[in-house]
Amino acid sequence: MIAPEFFYSALIIMIGAFLSVLRVLLGPTIPDRVVGVDTLNTLIVAGMVLLGAAYDRVIYIDIAIVYALLSYIGTLVIAKYLPGGLR
Amino acid sequence: MVEYVIYTFLGINIIFNLLGSFALHRFPDVYTRLHGATKCTTFGTIFAVLAVIVHAANQLHVTGDPKYLQMALHSLVALIALLLTNPTGAHAIAKAAHLSGVKPVRAVVDAYEAKLKRERGGEK
Repeated sequence: MIAPEFFYSALIIMIGAFLSVLRVLLGPTIPDRVVGVDTLNTLIVAGMVLLGAAYDRVIYIDIAIVYALLSYIGTLVIAKYLPGGLR
Repeated sequence: MVEYVIYTFLGINIIFNLLGSFALHRFPDVYTRLHGATKCTTFGTIFAVLAVIVHAANQLHVTGDPKYLQMALHSLVALIALLLTNPTGAHAIAKAAHLSGVKPVRAVVDAYEAKLKRERGGEK
């Protein structure tokens, strides 16, 4: 571990990711759960970039780019196929 | 000197990302939750990537390894992808939630509902 400050801030961001998983489990309606998943995706991208800096690996940041684009597609597909959703 | 800049950016990142995830639990309905969570996490992630870029530029200056230039550019690309896709996804979720019948809690004025009613009235 070369840069511990990035590692510990990624660890604290994972606490926020746990809170958004809690919203996915508790959410009363389906859009609530989708909002939780969207927040979780953003936090995971931030955590991947920070871990890539902490461990000095550029490949983690490349995976963060692909994850951001794929999570966007997932969000759009869920929004399109909600009952009565986007047409 | 550079360490303090990195610590400041990481502190802003942690504060705003945690505020975004607390907003998911403190707000009453989907739209306000989306408002708090999306804005706060996008702003926090900007500062996470800025901290990584400052770190990589410092390492490039010290060691001269081209790996760090690659790290800075790739994290900038990740930030641009996130900045383009995050508000668009939030807009799609809000519109789909309204069309699928989730009403805002304690809302006095619902302009989108009035617009939909006017369009339905115009078709008939």
